[in-house]
Amino acid sequence: MALDRWIALIFVAFCCIYGYAAFFTMDQLLPPFMQRNPVWPSTFPKVLAVLGAVVGLIVLLGIEKADGPDKEPSPTDINLANLREYKLGQAFLLLALMVAYALMLRPAGFLIATTVFLVAGSTVLGERKFHVMIPVAMLATGFVWYLVQGVLGIFLRPFPFFLG
Amino acid sequence: MLEGILIGLQAAFSIQNLLMVIAGCLIGTFIGMLPGLGPMSIIAIMIPVAITLGDPAAALILLAGVYYGAIFGGSTSSILLNAPGVAGTVATSFDGYPMARKGQAGKALTIAAVASFAGGTIGAILLMIFAPALSSVALLFHSAEYFALMVVGLSAIAAFAGTGQVAKALMMTILGLILATVGEGALFNMPRFTMGLMDLQSGISFITLAMAMFALPEAMFLVLNPLRGASGGSGGKIENLRFSREEGRKMVPVIGRQSVQGFFIGVLPGAGATIASFLGYAVERNLAKGAEQEEFGNGSVKGLAAPETANNAACTGSFVPLLTLGIPGSGTTAILLGALIALNVTPGPRLMVDTPEIFWAVIISMFIGNLVLLILNLPLIPYIAKILAIPRNYLIPFILFFTLMGAYIGQNNATELLILVGLGVMATILRFADYPLAPLLIGFILGTMLEDNFARSMQLYRGLGFILERPMTLGLLVLAAFLVLLPSYRARRARKRAQGVADGD
Repeated sequence: MALDRWIALIFVAFCCIYGYAAFFTMDQLLPPFMQRNPVWPSTFPKVLAVLGAVVGLIVLLGIEKADGPDKEPSPTDINLANLREYKLGQAFLLLALMVAYALMLRPAGFLIATTVFLVAGSTVLGERKFHVMIPVAMLATGFVWYLVQGVLGIFLRPFPFFLG
Repeated sequence: MLEGILIGLQAAFSIQNLLMVIAGCLIGTFIGMLPGLGPMSIIAIMIPVAITLGDPAAALILLAGVYYGAIFGGSTSSILLNAPGVAGTVATSFDGYPMARKGQAGKALTIAAVASFAGGTIGAILLMIFAPALSSVALLFHSAEYFALMVVGLSAIAAFAGTGQVAKALMMTILGLILATVGEGALFNMPRFTMGLMDLQSGISFITLAMAMFALPEAMFLVLNPLRGASGGSGGKIENLRFSREEGRKMVPVIGRQSVQGFFIGVLPGAGATIASFLGYAVERNLAKGAEQEEFGNGSVKGLAAPETANNAACTGSFVPLLTLGIPGSGTTAILLGALIALNVTPGPRLMVDTPEIFWAVIISMFIGNLVLLILNLPLIPYIAKILAIPRNYLIPFILFFTLMGAYIGQNNATELLILVGLGVMATILRFADYPLAPLLIGFILGTMLEDNFARSMQLYRGLGFILERPMTLGLLVLAAFLVLLPSYRARRARKRAQGVADGD
């Protein structure tokens, strides 16, 4: 089964869970005065769950047929068949790095977290010229911090939590 | 009207207001270029500045300039990075980005600038003519029609996704609508599908979703397949800014059609620049014939000019309901409405009568703003395009960082970043499976409005009766069903014909 059908299967299952929540759990919380309303908070989700399940099944069962000759895949297009040739390791490391950044942003402060993120990100991608990368990362971090804090007036804690 | 225009000219050409236009366009372009910072967030950030000005005309002129600049800056990042920070420029990346990857980034940016200028200017002329008249047309629309109109918009977007893709696009639209139900709806005032998480109480942020759907998968693909980044730009040198006379001739009818169509779509509340640009793109693709149609999605001149013209015309059009009815047609004009109320001006039918200088100064400043964008942006294009010359090892961490920043600034919440990464992984997998992501985002944006209008008509008519009682609603809903079913009907007929089977009867 192709990936798009697997996704359709997951989507149908998701719609069932969503529909279950809409049909069977939401209305119990409804205050009595709202029950006289023709439209409930669960009405729209119910419609969406049913529509979603139907459309998901159409994709899953392949009722709508694709036609026309398949285009010749170009080397720059993203193609599942080439998955093994892709740099999956780098991608996963970068994703992990983003999660780490999200978790470290508050405790470590903007300046440290961002500099580390930028340097580590380019290291993952294979950059080894640290004498260029580290100053660039620090400069960019400082500039963005100034822009956001000074010009836009949005507070970003610059330093780690123990420095205030 | 002539008297009004004269008053407007006088107000708009004061030194202060001229400076406001230029400053607004500049700030808007530079911030709008950063992927993820859309006009909504920029305008929201600029409101304190505008309010301290004290002069409502100057404030509105400044904010309108920021709005235009941001939309233009958004198209720049769509073309160069395939990272639209604004939903309205998503369609720009369909043909703009392939063009940039072919080494024609300079030409793509010039076409975008010219198309934006034409769309905005023609839109402003139409605004001058139609603003008074159109208020009566828009008054005919009730929530039932708005609901039906949004259904038509969503169906049209799915229907134009291409043969064999309609069901997939519809699936994505519904997923977007489902995501929009997360959080506390304005109408019911009770949290839904938050799974008990405080962070989901206010729903998923549009900026986060837009980043996750477009910027993040693109960055991931750049990582996965180094070939993809390698062909981008001709070593960062943008040489050929000009487009040929033949390409110019191709663009003229597109600009003509799309500025009018975009303007009228922009007038309708809820539709706005996003739908205008997608619909403009789809209409032009359907109108194009043979080889030209094949070119759409691979760097077509028409495919780039259409959404660029339409979204700028629609931006202008979205001022019509704001200025004449006091109803914001989009999130951005809603923020503008908030700023006006803070300045003690109530937009509405009385605005033209009571304070004509504000009304007309804003319209005149639109002409000046478009001119500033064209004069400002064309010479800056080679410098803007330098962004392509940055080596991949530096560029990718920075794209990821700006993506994270955009989501963080909007919400000031680190959990938002985790949501962003999660949605981004989901979007990357969906892209691998060839699912279109734009319908998801549009569904998400329109979801809240769709439900509000649906619920309001249900309440007014005590049930689904509004569909039968309002012929315009019924007509629009039938049109929506027709749009969804048409592609598979046509494909089936074509298949039968190819197999040599008679068509029946």
